Amino acid sequence: MKHLLAVPLLLAASLASGAEFAVLRPQQSSIIFVSKQMGVPMEGSFRKFTARIAVDPASPETGSARIDIDLASIDTGSTDGDEEVAGKAWFDTKNHPVASFISGSVKPSGKERYEALGKLSIKGKTLDVKAPFTLKQNTDTLIIEGMFPIKRLDYGIGTGVWSDTDTVADEVQIRFHFTIAKK
Amino acid sequence: MNTLYRYTRTAITLHWAVAALIFATFPLGVYMHDLTLSPYKLRLFSYHKWIGVTIFLLAVLRVSWRSTHRPPPLPAAMPNWEKLAANTVHYLLYTLIFAVPLSGWLMSSAKGVQTVWFGVLPLPDLLAKNKELGDLLKEVHESLNFAMFGLVLAHIGAALKHHFIERDEILARMIPILGRGA
Repeated sequence: MKHLLAVPLLLAASLASGAEFAVLRPQQSSIIFVSKQMGVPMEGSFRKFTARIAVDPASPETGSARIDIDLASIDTGSTDGDEEVAGKAWFDTKNHPVASFISGSVKPSGKERYEALGKLSIKGKTLDVKAPFTLKQNTDTLIIEGMFPIKRLDYGIGTGVWSDTDTVADEVQIRFHFTIAKK
Repeated sequence: MNTLYRYTRTAITLHWAVAALIFATFPLGVYMHDLTLSPYKLRLFSYHKWIGVTIFLLAVLRVSWRSTHRPPPLPAAMPNWEKLAANTVHYLLYTLIFAVPLSGWLMSSAKGVQTVWFGVLPLPDLLAKNKELGDLLKEVHESLNFAMFGLVLAHIGAALKHHFIERDEILARMIPILGRGA
């Protein structure tokens, strides 16, 4: 009985110390993507997402993150674009409304630099990604900022006529900026 | 034909290059703007912009060349109103080969799409993204184009009138092979 109680208690204790910063400030956070169309860099963003990030600045390696993106909240820069990418050839938001990134592994890679290893799921495909980021601590917030490339076609984003990568490049840069406040 | 009475080879080449590019990109612009979004549309928009930037650069060359190489004088027999009309149309056409590409470039910037010449050379965005301004500049770009369309028709009409009705050497100044050996 003692043992059985000990496990949840230990877990709770580790979460309490490790999750000092855990509240996302959406107004000061962003998820931006940059793709190239005919050689022209085009920036877009997702207006709605939730991020449950638990980081202890003293030991970021113990951090974990789950980010869920509401794909219908996409802003491609034009109404035409927004309507197009909701369709079957792109995100198919009707059947796959949410993209998620889940990471339970963070490795240090330099001063204030880390790499989150995790799984990115979009449109029913889940692939391993490495997301390098920097971590800066202010008095009451933590700033997590980074970027990583993905290949859109790996996830079946932009199929059919859109799979022509001379028009819309395969590589898409994902840039994230999260402001996390103390609990 | 006396070379004094025709344009220089360079001026002729630049004139026809700009003419050919306008004849390609104007109908392209009319055709493409209403297409539904597709890779085809994105390609056409890029080609249209690349041609526009090229016209702008050729316009710079043309004006620099013209400033150091005076065009041949209009025939003395031409009535003054015709000379005035010809000079006005030429002046407006020169203005438009700068203003039309420039309005397109500004419109592209305001719509948040950078212009990258031939997909390689990025042009600076002259304006920040602004939807209302982008829509306004679209109207400006369109109006300037239709003004140019009207002027080009007048320009061609006048050239043909000179060649086939008055049977003078005006058109031969720009197409020396048509010279009547006067």
